[in-house]
Amino acid sequence: MIGAGAMQPENYETKPIFTLAGVGKTFRRGTEALQAIDMTVSSGGFVSLLGPSGCGKSTLLRIIAGLTPPSQGRVQCESEVRGHIGFVFQEPTLMPWATVWDNVYLPLRLAGRSRDDASASIAGTLASLGLGGFEQAYPRELSGGMRMRVSIARALVNAPRLLLLDEPFAALDELTRFRLNEDLLRLWQEQRWTVVFVTHSVFEAVFLSNRIVVMTPRPGRIVADLPIDLPYPREAGLRTAPAYAERCRAVSAVLNEAVA
Amino acid sequence: MHGRERLAEIAAPLLAGVLFLAAWQAIVQWKGIPPYILPSPVAIAEALWRDGPSLLGSLFVTLRITVAALIAAIVFGGALAILFAQSRLLEISLFPYAVILQVTPVVAIAPLIIIWVNDTFLALLVCAWIVAFFPIVANTTLGLNSADRNLVELFRLYGASRWQTLRHLRLPAALPYFLAGVRISGGLALIGAVVAEFVAGTGGAETGLAYRILEAGYRLQIPRLFAALLLLSAAGIAIFAVLSWLTRLLIGHWHESALPRDD
Repeated sequence: MIGAGAMQPENYETKPIFTLAGVGKTFRRGTEALQAIDMTVSSGGFVSLLGPSGCGKSTLLRIIAGLTPPSQGRVQCESEVRGHIGFVFQEPTLMPWATVWDNVYLPLRLAGRSRDDASASIAGTLASLGLGGFEQAYPRELSGGMRMRVSIARALVNAPRLLLLDEPFAALDELTRFRLNEDLLRLWQEQRWTVVFVTHSVFEAVFLSNRIVVMTPRPGRIVADLPIDLPYPREAGLRTAPAYAERCRAVSAVLNEAVA
Repeated sequence: MHGRERLAEIAAPLLAGVLFLAAWQAIVQWKGIPPYILPSPVAIAEALWRDGPSLLGSLFVTLRITVAALIAAIVFGGALAILFAQSRLLEISLFPYAVILQVTPVVAIAPLIIIWVNDTFLALLVCAWIVAFFPIVANTTLGLNSADRNLVELFRLYGASRWQTLRHLRLPAALPYFLAGVRISGGLALIGAVVAEFVAGTGGAETGLAYRILEAGYRLQIPRLFAALLLLSAAGIAIFAVLSWLTRLLIGHWHESALPRDD
C-alpha cells in the first residue's frame, strides 16, 4: 500500500503522473474518436472525464492504460506507474469459474506471487471493501454491487499508483452507487492513488472529483477543465448541500454547451 | 410438490414405455407375426437372457474401441485446438482439412483405413477417432477464442505471459465448450466404432457388437439382433450419462448451463 505519509502533500498536486500531448485516435474504419487531447494529471488527483456517450472517454482511458496506441500525439507516463495501473471496467469482468479470493488474487498471481505470500494483501483489500466472509463465494452468488466491489478489490490489491475506472457504477441502482462512491472516496483518501474516473453523470463527477475534464461528442475534445473545490472528506450529507447543487449546476451548464 | 414432479418425471416415460411394449407384444401375438420379421419383446428378452454373456463380451470389444477413440479424440482434438489458439495462421491453414475429415463419410474411407492399417483394433480405432475428434476441435477452438475480451485486456495490462493467459483465462473459459464437444464425441465414437466394424467385418478372435448384429441378420436370428441393438443403445446412453456427470462435476459450481433452475 502507498501510505499517505510517504510523500509531502504538496507533491501530490504538483508531480505529474502522466501527460497526454496532442493525442488523437482514429479507428481503422475511419471513425475519429479523439482529437488533440492535451492533459496532465498530477499525482494524488481524482480526475473525472465527463461527457456524453460516444465521446471517446473510454478510448482515452484505454490509451492512458496503454491498451491501445494513440493515432497521433504522445502519452508520457511516469516510469514507476507502468505496471502499477489498476483498471475497472463498466462490467465487473470477473472470472466466473474462480472464487472471490481467486479473482482478487489474479494480479498478484500474474506477478508471480505465491498464494501464501499474497494472502495478507488480499485479506486487507477484501476487508476494506466490505467483502470479508465472501472469500469462497463465486461471482454468480453475488449481487451486482458486490461483484463491482470484487472488481475494485482486484484493481487495488497490488497497490496501484494509478486507478482507471470506466463508468464502473453505471449499471448499478442509485443506493448501491452512492455507497460505492463513498467507499471509493474513503479508500482514495486513505491510500492516495491517482484516479481517472470516466462517467456521464454530472452528480457523480462533482461528488467524487477535485477536477472535472469535460469532453465533446465525437470526435472527443476537451472543452473545459474545471477544479471542484469542495473540501474532503466528502460524505453522504454533501449530496443535499447547496454548495454541491451549485457546482452541479455549473458543470451541467458547461456540459450542455459542449453537447450543443 | 417438487417430489411429486420428480416422481412424474421418472414414472411418465416408464409408463409410456411399458404401454408401448405391451402393445407391441399384443400386436405380434394377435397378428401372428413371425419372429424373423418382428420378434416380440418377450422373445427379445429371452434372446438377451440366453445370448447375454456372449453379447456382453462383444459389447466390451466395441466399448474398448469407443473409449480408446474418445480418449485419442480428446488428446488430439484438445491439443490441436490449443495449437490453433496460439496461431491464427495455423488455424486458417489446418482448419479446412479438419472440416474435410469431418464431412467425408467414415463408411467411405473405412475400407482404405482397414487396408492401410494392419492391426484391426487400430484400424477401427482410427475410424472411430475420425468421427469423434471434430466436435472437440471445433468446440474447444471456439471456447479458447471466447474468453471475455475485457479479461484478455486485463491480463495484458498485468503483463501476463502467453502461457499465463492460456492457463488462467483461455483454458477455464474453454472448458464448458470442450465438455459440450466431448459429450457429442462420446456418442459419435460409439457410432464410428460400430460403422467401422460393419465395414471391416470380424477382427479375428475378438468380435464387436456390430459384427454380431450383421451375423444375426444373416442367420435371421432377429431376436438376437434386437438384443444386440438394445445393448448398443444402453451403452450409448451410459456414455452420455457418464459424460454429463463429468460435466456437472467439473463446471457445475460456476457455469450457467449446470445451474439449478428455480422457477
